[in-house]
Amino acid sequence: MENKIEVKDLDFYYGKNQALFGISLDVREREVMAFIGPSGCGKSTFLRTMNRMNDTIPGTRVDGSVMIDGNDIYAGGVDVVALRRKVGMVFQKSNPFPKSIYDNVAYGVRINNIHSSKSDLDNRIEKALKDAALWDEVKDRLNTSAFGLSGGQQQRLCIARALAVEPKIILMDEPASALDPIATQKIEELVVTLKKNYTIVIVTHNMQQAARISDRTAFFMLGKLIEVNPTQKMFTNPDEKMTEDYITGRFG
Amino acid sequence: MDAQHRKRKLTNAAMSTVTMLCAVLAISVLLIILAYIAAKGFSAISLEFLIDTPKPVGEGGGIGNAILGSLMMTILACAIGLPIGIAAGVYLSEMGDGWYGKFVRFIADTLTGIPSIIVGIFIYTLVVLPMGRQSGLAGGLALAIIMIPIVARTTEEMIRLVPNSMREGALALGAPKWRVTWNIVLPAASTGIATGAMLAIARISGETAPLLFTALNSRFYNYFYDQPMASLTVQIFNYATGPFDVEHQLAWAATLVLVGLILMINIGVRYLTRRRY
Repeated sequence: MENKIEVKDLDFYYGKNQALFGISLDVREREVMAFIGPSGCGKSTFLRTMNRMNDTIPGTRVDGSVMIDGNDIYAGGVDVVALRRKVGMVFQKSNPFPKSIYDNVAYGVRINNIHSSKSDLDNRIEKALKDAALWDEVKDRLNTSAFGLSGGQQQRLCIARALAVEPKIILMDEPASALDPIATQKIEELVVTLKKNYTIVIVTHNMQQAARISDRTAFFMLGKLIEVNPTQKMFTNPDEKMTEDYITGRFG
Repeated sequence: MDAQHRKRKLTNAAMSTVTMLCAVLAISVLLIILAYIAAKGFSAISLEFLIDTPKPVGEGGGIGNAILGSLMMTILACAIGLPIGIAAGVYLSEMGDGWYGKFVRFIADTLTGIPSIIVGIFIYTLVVLPMGRQSGLAGGLALAIIMIPIVARTTEEMIRLVPNSMREGALALGAPKWRVTWNIVLPAASTGIATGAMLAIARISGETAPLLFTALNSRFYNYFYDQPMASLTVQIFNYATGPFDVEHQLAWAATLVLVGLILMINIGVRYLTRRRY
């Protein structure tokens, strides 16, 4: 498999505080890569460097390079808007827009002008909602408010919204941490299905979740990448003592 | 029930009663004023009163031209003040973290506190003197100036209430910042912005001082902005300061009309910006 994302010697600063230290990591095409680590270890920050979401926080600075499909996304002249269309994101807290279900999914398609006609837009929305395993639950109420959905449905709506713009990579920042076990299970099944077409990077606090759905896992500690390995090896026979201590619950 | 529990329940009951009484007190002042205005003014309201122009004392007369003048100047003030105020509020909340934003915010707060008669004098020197006469235009401009800082600051506060996660969600879909502001943030804050606009409209509808120098008054129907224009507030002032009881009666009636108009604008804007999603 080819490398979809290649990160080299990445340092990241919030003002004077360094949050990431010399991280180098590759994510392969169509794999699920999970980031685990204790709170504040920098895994979310690292995830957000991949679609330059951190740009929106004043006073942040990046050193090193993040290459996506061989292009440095931090090079001068990169169109952040085009980058974010290619690298979709799902957040920890579901954040539907104050619009109808239909308009939520249509938002990204409309602003990027991907659709050719109204019926094309309808088809794309149906496909995105089906891919997000939400279609059957909402097909009769597409024009009602997105806020009327349950927490788990809202999160799948946000996934559908991200899928509708046809990204290549999907970043997920603890997408199931606010959901009950049944809704979590649905999201996890979804991630496994989406792997066929997308490269997925998922941050999670739940180590069982990482073990269940990811191909490889990266363990972070205090802004440093401690270990990357195939998930199975990571959870059975990790290279680093620190990883083992964390996974077995000795700290964290 | 032990002593601790009983004490807690007593405190709870006492504090609930006190806060409820305060709420009743605050509302009752408003209700008393409204009831008093209605009682004093209602008998003088008739169709003629709403349509006629002022007449010499004893011959009746009405406030038709004043209603029209007030509406025309309020509309002009809104046409100028709302876009500028809302745009300034958007700037302050979405981009105004630097020194310039702080500066604008400080000026807006200062401007809100300036007595409105000073705005009247300002427009008098800037518009009335060069034009050579008072006009509806000058009146509307004065009201717009009073409106802008109020609208700007309330808009800013309301937009700040829109959760950042919503902005991030739109940005992550590849939306440029201006589109996020335009079709996510502004709609999400629209109810709040409308409330701010309404407060500003209510405020300028009650202004008399800035109109005295600028729009002056008129005894006739006037459909053009370049002529002196009557307004409800100045008309109320004239009637109320007159020596005769008949005039005072008219002043009460005109006050009732003014309050009614503000109430109608209020309900109208609430209806238009009601939360649909």
